[in-house]
Amino acid sequence: MKLAIASGKGGTGKTTLTVALAQAAQAPVQLLDCDVEEPNSHLFFTKGDSKRDVVTVAVPHIDPQRCTHCGLCGDFCAYNALACLPTETILFEGLCHSCGGCMRLCPHQAISERQQRIGYIDQWRHGQIDLFSGVLDVGQAMSPPLIRAVKRHQQADKLILLDCPPGTSCPLTTTIHDADVVILVTEPTPFGLHDLQIAVETVRQLNRPVAVIINRSDLGDQSIHDYCRSKKIPILLQIPFEKRIAVAYSRGDGLLDALPGLQPQLALVLNQARKLYRENLT
Amino acid sequence: MKIAFSTNGTNREDLVDSRFGRAERFVIIDSISDELQVVDNIQNRQSSQGAGIQSATTLINQGVGAVVTGQCGPKAFTLLERSGIRVYPCPAITIAEAFRQVQQNKLSATTSATVEGHWGEV
Repeated sequence: MKLAIASGKGGTGKTTLTVALAQAAQAPVQLLDCDVEEPNSHLFFTKGDSKRDVVTVAVPHIDPQRCTHCGLCGDFCAYNALACLPTETILFEGLCHSCGGCMRLCPHQAISERQQRIGYIDQWRHGQIDLFSGVLDVGQAMSPPLIRAVKRHQQADKLILLDCPPGTSCPLTTTIHDADVVILVTEPTPFGLHDLQIAVETVRQLNRPVAVIINRSDLGDQSIHDYCRSKKIPILLQIPFEKRIAVAYSRGDGLLDALPGLQPQLALVLNQARKLYRENLT
Repeated sequence: MKIAFSTNGTNREDLVDSRFGRAERFVIIDSISDELQVVDNIQNRQSSQGAGIQSATTLINQGVGAVVTGQCGPKAFTLLERSGIRVYPCPAITIAEAFRQVQQNKLSATTSATVEGHWGEV
């Protein structure tokens, strides 16, 4: 099962939950940190030997000897990454989506493929947990190619937990579009509800089963409950606002270190997610 | 020399627009013949990204020698500068007035982009 833990709003506890679920699973788990602009799942594990792989994307290289400045590539590029001027064709790498169209289109074979580094993936093994952490290079604007590279490590025979990027734009949809179940972590505040609604709409457009976990559940009001009831979204778990959790977090310890008694409830969350997954199959 | 003005109007009495890449139109005046030409920018205005690049490419291919606009971002400026086109930042005055000020050297060309990328997006 591919279980994505997302939120819409940042800072609701995606990583806290993902790490705790991985530890509670007591089975082989792949934890994929897809929040490549600020990955932090790895902070909750003692560092061991890691393996690092550099991730590149293909961008066009224009041979000025062959280019006739015909402008076909610039007209074709939907992302305006190529400026075709009367005497030169200029690439703006940051806008290129690596579709490869310009290379196939050029009638003068003036465009070849060049690999451009966008970041790297670190891998660790902690007991039964295989952790993959994507890190986008500073200055890179587009994270989806790196997120896809992280997801290529998925092994179907294992429980896969995807720690999602915040928001509801391309980085999130890239992460969750093929997830079996999406859990949205939220908090009972007006901000939490507002961003939860946007996230639910996004997940439902992608036809993914969705469930909610409420963090800091004893703060705020009942609005999340009311909303989930009206949209028939199951609430799988409520985590109280507890000083013990914050103290543990500040030391780099996880939710289960602070509240070991949560283990059975987290295991139940995984079972309920599996149930949602199976229901969606039938 | 052809001078391009970013605008949402169509003639000399309309105002210079602060946006370059996402301006609605460019009015181009030939300073020798005094001829006026209107170039629509609607396609670039609607592009998801790289509007400044395409607007600059349009004007370069039109053979303009100067651009008068409110603000110009880094990618558009790079292209215009490489093509030897001067960029004159200008407040929202009429195109006729801006044209006069360029002719009389009362507007000064910028040597760098005046804003960061994506400035003109809504």
